[in-house]
Amino acid sequence: MRNPEPMQGVQQQWYEKRRGVFPRQIDGTFRRLKWAIMVITLGIYYVTPWLRWNRGPYAPDQAVLIDLANRRFYMFSIEIWPQEFYFVAGLLIMAGIGLFLVTSAVGRAWCGYACPQTVWTDLFQHVDRLVDGDRNAQIRLQNAPWSGSKLARRLFKWSIYLVISFWTGGAWIMYFADAPTLVREFWSGTADPVAYGAVAVLTGTTFWLGGFMREQVCIYMCPWPRIQTAMLDEKSLIVTYKDWRGEPRASVKAAQKQPAAAFGDCIDCNQCVAVCPTGIDIREGAQVGCITCALCIDACDRVMGQVGRPRGLIDYATLEDAAREKAGNPPTPHWKLIWHPRTLVYLGLWSAIGCALLFALGTRTHIDLAVQKDRNPPYMVLSDGKVRNAWTVKLKNMENRPRPMVVALKGLPGAVMWTDAMSQQDAARSVHATVAADAILPLRIYVAAPAGTGEQSFALILKATDREGGGDLEKARFDAPNEGEQGQ
Amino acid sequence: MDNRKIDDATGVETVGHEWDGIEELNNPLPRWWLWTFYATIAFSVAYCVVYPAIPMLSKGTDGAWKWSSRGALAAEMSKAEQGRAATLAAIAATPIEALPEKPQLMQAAVAGGRAAFRVNCVQCHGAGAAGFKGYPNLNDDDWLWGGDLRTIETTITHGIRFPGDDQTRQSQMPNFGKDGLLPAASVSDVASYVLTLSGKEQPGAASQRGAATFAANCAVCHGPEGKGGRQFGAPNLADAIWLYGGTHADVAASVTSAHAGVMPAWAHRLDPVTIKMLAAYVHSLGGGEKFAPVPTPEESTPAGGAAPAAAAPR
Repeated sequence: MRNPEPMQGVQQQWYEKRRGVFPRQIDGTFRRLKWAIMVITLGIYYVTPWLRWNRGPYAPDQAVLIDLANRRFYMFSIEIWPQEFYFVAGLLIMAGIGLFLVTSAVGRAWCGYACPQTVWTDLFQHVDRLVDGDRNAQIRLQNAPWSGSKLARRLFKWSIYLVISFWTGGAWIMYFADAPTLVREFWSGTADPVAYGAVAVLTGTTFWLGGFMREQVCIYMCPWPRIQTAMLDEKSLIVTYKDWRGEPRASVKAAQKQPAAAFGDCIDCNQCVAVCPTGIDIREGAQVGCITCALCIDACDRVMGQVGRPRGLIDYATLEDAAREKAGNPPTPHWKLIWHPRTLVYLGLWSAIGCALLFALGTRTHIDLAVQKDRNPPYMVLSDGKVRNAWTVKLKNMENRPRPMVVALKGLPGAVMWTDAMSQQDAARSVHATVAADAILPLRIYVAAPAGTGEQSFALILKATDREGGGDLEKARFDAPNEGEQGQ
Repeated sequence: MDNRKIDDATGVETVGHEWDGIEELNNPLPRWWLWTFYATIAFSVAYCVVYPAIPMLSKGTDGAWKWSSRGALAAEMSKAEQGRAATLAAIAATPIEALPEKPQLMQAAVAGGRAAFRVNCVQCHGAGAAGFKGYPNLNDDDWLWGGDLRTIETTITHGIRFPGDDQTRQSQMPNFGKDGLLPAASVSDVASYVLTLSGKEQPGAASQRGAATFAANCAVCHGPEGKGGRQFGAPNLADAIWLYGGTHADVAASVTSAHAGVMPAWAHRLDPVTIKMLAAYVHSLGGGEKFAPVPTPEESTPAGGAAPAAAAPR
């Protein structure tokens, strides 16, 4: 190792202040797509908790509700109990593979259009333009010394940030309780402290991440762009500056002055940089800061239109396709770029999990019997010599109405059963019970078999005795004293 | 002199160091990252001040907030106890006869009794309350002194043959053989007769001889049909349950040298609410009886029904 040379005269900077990003307003195909996706995603986010869904008198009527207190997850006609959490796990796995699928098919489209960080940053940048004006006005204000009017403007803008952030956090908690009730409780100060805490935390993080950190989240905090750098390859759709067409750059005037020299299509107007919400220069090539929102495509297309050159100097393209185009071949249509084997594998995997979940959902029973035998003591000799075993059984009713059910013995000849709420004199081959709506009824069941009954297997069966029927069967073992062994 | 070094491949400035030809690019970290790092340092200092953190010679520093995991546990326990206080007060205020009418209270009492049983009772009666030879099984429908809630509560409160408690359950079977009250042959005959009551032996000459001896010596406590007597804690000899064994030798041994099991009076050690909850738990094990006037042995049911009708198992 060589000793480092002294770096004389150089002020090296190890840390860097965030450079302000002031994207210019732009209109175009992709901007409109971003608007549409923003309206749809924010619409889903804010409206969903207010949708109602009639489930009868025994269940909440909120269409989407994560009822943590009662451990139920409602999503329209689907109700999930905690023991069926694998549905949620499956959905999360699908969401993960869905991200892979999207990345494989259309590159970083999630980052560019649908990621909450992108959507909220976009929203906050519109607020900036609304309050401070477009790019140049924002830069001027940023560089202006602090004054009363600047402070007033900043406070006004931050208060709008704060309102948006508050609504963001406020909408979040609506998913976890009956929305109209929670709103009333929230404003009357009677809601759970957790609700206020959640709103405060989400308001703070939205204000901070959306209002001030913005692209810093994508570049420095979020793991997904880093993971995607490993997933993107020459077949991935990325926003590409077609340097073979654009270089060397020259303004229109410069090009007119030297008509003989060969200039590219890029007129070096910097509009692609001006509109970029993460403040990068796409002409430097693919980079981690590019979220592929395609606003530079809109900006460049507009300029190319103005100077009368073909659009698409900056465009979605794969590296492979770019090389092909550079060699003079016609570009491949985008829809063809989307389909390659990896995409199909992800799609297959994603659909397979989805189908499996749907199948499980379609075939699950809404009635269930669980039995647990007393193991200490395993059996009991009664004074009349009969042998008694005991079980704790749980009758599960997932329907949103009370259901009459019967638990009965299958096998074990001569045996009778009764519950701890009954008299042994009323013992029979079965016991009846009504299970409340959306509930589990635990029963303690005693089974007595005639003296001399040996150890054997039998089954406890559950049947719903209403019109809809259905049931369950659980194998069980009856324990008895060995032959010749005495009861105490 | 500006000797800034620029890396050719990336166009990025290097930090100027070189290790065997390897150079480091200077891609500056964001400034807020540095502030975050300082914030974590400030947090760790604050944490060391308010929480116990720094090991000293005998123990660590207490911290400004005086927090300790022991203290947190104690606070949680006292909170839980406060939460239980209302239920315990309600159980204390409810006479044990009225407990079954309040299912929620009963449930709480059974749960509390289960916990108390694990601490105080399992040593003799076993974790499943199934007992051992000489220690009664509390799950079954056979009760020496009675199996309703009130009776069980009394038994637990005052114990059985427990010295030092005036109201303890008291009885003593004579040592018929050991003390020479009966000759060994008669003891064997009586054992044979007793075993015919539950059908464990076929009637024969010995049992016929024993019947007369039984009527003269045993029926006064165990009843003429051997169905026992609860006022003496005299076991039912006609059922399938044998506290000290049901073979001829076992029964003969019991007649020769009588057993007199002892249970402590728990009033000295446990508060009345705990005893009430224990009674509820024992009653809930499957053999608990309903409230009824305690029958005298003479009133017991005809053969066939093993337990007295009035105190039939639930």
